[in-house]
Amino acid sequence: MKQDTDTPGPMFEVSGLTKIYRTGEVEVRALNGVDLKLEAGEMAVLLGPSGSGKSTLLNIIGGLDRPTAGSVKFRGQELADANDRELTAYRRNHVGFVFQFYNLIPSLTAWENVALITEVSANPMTPDDALALVGLESRMHHFPAQLSGGEQQRVAIARAIAKRPEVLLCDEPTGALDSATGIIVLEALARANEETGATTAIITHNAGIRKIAHRVFSFLDGRIAACDINPVRVKPSEVSW
Amino acid sequence: MNALSMLDRKLVRDLVRLWAQSLAVALVMACGVMTLILALGATRALEDTRAAFYDRTRFGHVFATAIRAPESLGTKIAAIDGVAAVATRIVHPVIIDIDGMAEPATGQLISIPDHGEAAVNRLYLRSGRLPEPGRPDEVTVIEAFAEAHGFRSGDSFAALINGRKRQLRITGVTLSPEHVYAIGPGDIVPDQKRYGVVHMRRTTLDGAYDMQSAFNSVSLTLSRHANKKQVMARLDAILKPYGGVAAHDRSDHPSDAFLDAELVQLKAMAQVIPPIFLFISAFLVNMILSRLIALEREQIGLLKAVGYSNSGIAWHYAKLTLVISVAGVIIGAVAGTRLGHGMASLYSEFFSFPFLVFSQRPDLYVIATLVTFAAALAGAANAIRGAVRLPPAVAMRPPAPTRYRSLFGGADSGFRPLFSHLTVMALRHLVRWPVRTALTTLGTALPVALLITSLFAFDSIDSMIDTVWFRADRQDATLTFAASQSEDAIRSVAHLPGVIAAEPFRAEAATLRHGHLSRQVQIIGTDPHTDISRVLDRDFRPVRLPPNGLLLSERLASHLDLRPGDAVEVELRNGQERRVLVPLVGVTNSYIGLNANMSRGALDRLSGQAARISGARVIIDDNRTEDLYDAVKQTPAIASVALQGVSREKFRAMIEENIGISVTVYVSLAIIITVGVIYNSARIQLSERARELASLRVFGFTNGEVSRVLLTELGVMVVLAQPLGWLIGRGFSELVATGFESDLFRIPLVITPPTYALSSLVVLGAALVSALIVRRRIDRLDLIRVLKTRD
Ligand SMILES: Nc1ncnc2c1ncn2[C@@H]1O[C@H](COP(=O)(O)OP(=O)(O)O)[C@@H](O)[C@H]1O
Ligand SMILES: [Mg+2]
Repeated sequence: MKQDTDTPGPMFEVSGLTKIYRTGEVEVRALNGVDLKLEAGEMAVLLGPSGSGKSTLLNIIGGLDRPTAGSVKFRGQELADANDRELTAYRRNHVGFVFQFYNLIPSLTAWENVALITEVSANPMTPDDALALVGLESRMHHFPAQLSGGEQQRVAIARAIAKRPEVLLCDEPTGALDSATGIIVLEALARANEETGATTAIITHNAGIRKIAHRVFSFLDGRIAACDINPVRVKPSEVSW
Repeated sequence: MNALSMLDRKLVRDLVRLWAQSLAVALVMACGVMTLILALGATRALEDTRAAFYDRTRFGHVFATAIRAPESLGTKIAAIDGVAAVATRIVHPVIIDIDGMAEPATGQLISIPDHGEAAVNRLYLRSGRLPEPGRPDEVTVIEAFAEAHGFRSGDSFAALINGRKRQLRITGVTLSPEHVYAIGPGDIVPDQKRYGVVHMRRTTLDGAYDMQSAFNSVSLTLSRHANKKQVMARLDAILKPYGGVAAHDRSDHPSDAFLDAELVQLKAMAQVIPPIFLFISAFLVNMILSRLIALEREQIGLLKAVGYSNSGIAWHYAKLTLVISVAGVIIGAVAGTRLGHGMASLYSEFFSFPFLVFSQRPDLYVIATLVTFAAALAGAANAIRGAVRLPPAVAMRPPAPTRYRSLFGGADSGFRPLFSHLTVMALRHLVRWPVRTALTTLGTALPVALLITSLFAFDSIDSMIDTVWFRADRQDATLTFAASQSEDAIRSVAHLPGVIAAEPFRAEAATLRHGHLSRQVQIIGTDPHTDISRVLDRDFRPVRLPPNGLLLSERLASHLDLRPGDAVEVELRNGQERRVLVPLVGVTNSYIGLNANMSRGALDRLSGQAARISGARVIIDDNRTEDLYDAVKQTPAIASVALQGVSREKFRAMIEENIGISVTVYVSLAIIITVGVIYNSARIQLSERARELASLRVFGFTNGEVSRVLLTELGVMVVLAQPLGWLIGRGFSELVATGFESDLFRIPLVITPPTYALSSLVVLGAALVSALIVRRRIDRLDLIRVLKTRD
């Protein structure tokens, strides 16, 4: 999948997106006709109760899953009918992921976890720069088991942004962290969004975090119930948890 | 009770989920059970049958020969303290001429008493009847010979008896304890067609060989508490004046010695092969159970928290182990029993017993079951202990994250051009669990070793054939005279039709003594410059026989504790009772028998008699073999003929027949072990690293790249296993070769590169297939699920 970076228009254009999970007789509508556009460089927060479909949407946008119906366009390219190989290449070249449980490789040091990705990227920053961006210069050669949860999550962010992705997708990045650590992680994310210009989507069920976004999408029962624009964004450090 | 059945339901579900891994382990166990049942069952079958047959036929304990001993000595021998029964008889080599068979067969004529049955070495009559005393043309023949020629009672054949061609009529077919394994003189493998044992009434043989009131062979049974050594010494003393050659016991009786060699081999098999399988199954059980318990850590904590006892939990996992073991035992027992019957019928082709039943006594199966359970539980013990020791509160927390370390003090990441990060991941994982890595490597090395140990025999036999038949005994035939002849006889031999070249030899029975050690051997005297039959030194180079002194084969020299330069006392058993000190001038290489060689001149001088020759080794013109065979059949002076050329072919054919069976069996066993080890380790790796590998997929690594992590790790172990397997295989082979070594024969330890290569290829192939089966699971990794959960 080749893109022309200068193409104007939204980064993502999602329309009528539906995802149905079938387990035996039971049918779960995880997404029920979602429409949404994400602009280049914007920071979006996805809010909503557990089970409302946020992760499902993020996984489809991130090329980890395919919708049952509807369309997802990344810079005009349809992801819904891409095959496994194309989705793998899409994730490799364009998407950075951050997850609740960090998903670091335990047998690689912080630096190596980042380098693992930069090694196979076209235009990466150096692992040192990426780690500096999240404030972890001094812990580069530690293994995950030697780092705190917040530090591990910042390594995960450094790893996600090091390849300069167009998209940064974060599923409950602070979910496993206390508030002070959560703020440090959010700061790292905000900074990454600013410095790399990656379109950033953050899932959270902490309503306080909404204020750091350009736009906030509220999910309910597989639909987007509301979309709010923040007239003024606040810094993560000013977020009340 | 209800609660227990819940655990049992979990057990069933675990087994269903782990069916492939459990089956792989059960199959490895089954191989252990099968080989154990086979080896023990066959050992017993042979031992029991042999004991029963020997007992029934009163197989002699002690055997001796003389040239011509008066019959009255029989009473004297019977009076020796410890002797239970004595049979004196006449035994003569004979050349047999069979219609339609060009080659002359050789045989033995053995007398049976005129009336009744022999007191020692009775015949077992398979069919027909014994010869009537008054009918000199009536004989019985041993079953192997009869079957090879399709003989029945009433058929007849010709034999050259004491220079006269006589037509003999078969009245019965027999088995004899002395010929359970009937092998002709000078042969390495039995050739049923060319070796016949013929029994005749005593009076008939007395007449034929002019031995009225005399015997030349005696065998006796001993009473329970007899002192065998003393009996043999007394017997020697009695027979000595009559050209007695020293007495020997059963262990020097060729038939019994070959049976013993087979038993030694079976026992070695029972000691080496089943333990390999049991060790590997113990290791695999340990690996599977440890992983299962690690995965179920929190469930175990919960069970304990709600009041399940430690023993209940231990029993739960022990049951899982036992269920797998039961499957292994059943498969192994069925396979072992079936193969056992096959093996018994194979044995009955080689060994002539009236019956040979594969032992199926229940204790055999009980032993196999207990041993397998013990091995499996030993493997499980460590893992179960871990589960029992977990305090409930700790168990319910997730385990501490695995701590990894840089290799070589961090240098591993410095080799980035050499090792990608994916490779570093694989290597650090290997080093993180060094014991498991070592055991997996060993588990993969053992099938390589097993294959080498089974295949090396063919290399060794090849090398032995080359040495024996192409470097040492290059003659096509060996003709042995009925009585020694003057040197001129060699010219008559050379003039026989078809003979291209002939070399004379003189053979003298002798006792060699050094200090308190002594041995009975045949000293072979040949011309120093022989070219057909040569003596080889330890580097397989032909030796030019020195004008004086004795050469002994390595094993014989070591029996007598002799080194070159030592003097050995030689007493020829020609009735002269002269003891002469002869220097040992060299040690020779030999694979068959215990050899003593001298130059013919030296042996003539030693004998104190004129130059005599005992026979000749000849090279035959391929186009005129039949003429020679005819001539031999007509020549009374030739008592026996060994056809090395025919032996060579027969031997090759037998090896080729065996190689197919053994390669199939051992390759199958090796594949089962390899699949068991590699499949299980790949599954466990995948289970431990599913999250890591799925993460890599999420970040955009392809299935191929992700698989590399798994395959690299397995690959390193499998590759390391090869040289280790070669080393262990060499060690095992050495044990086997040493175990085989007897005074009858030994095999050299030769392992050719193709054997190493084939062993490795089989294991590498099986490992690759197992790894690829597991690799397919990487394609099916659920990317989303691993992101949602912690480990
Ligand atoms: N693999 C799956 N199989 C079946 N149902 C699923 C699966 N993944 C998610 N769901 C269901 O889809 C709905 C939306 O899930 P999800 O997107 O994870 O919610 P959220 O992230 O907003 O908490 C939930 O009801 C969930 O149970
Ligand atoms: Mg979610």
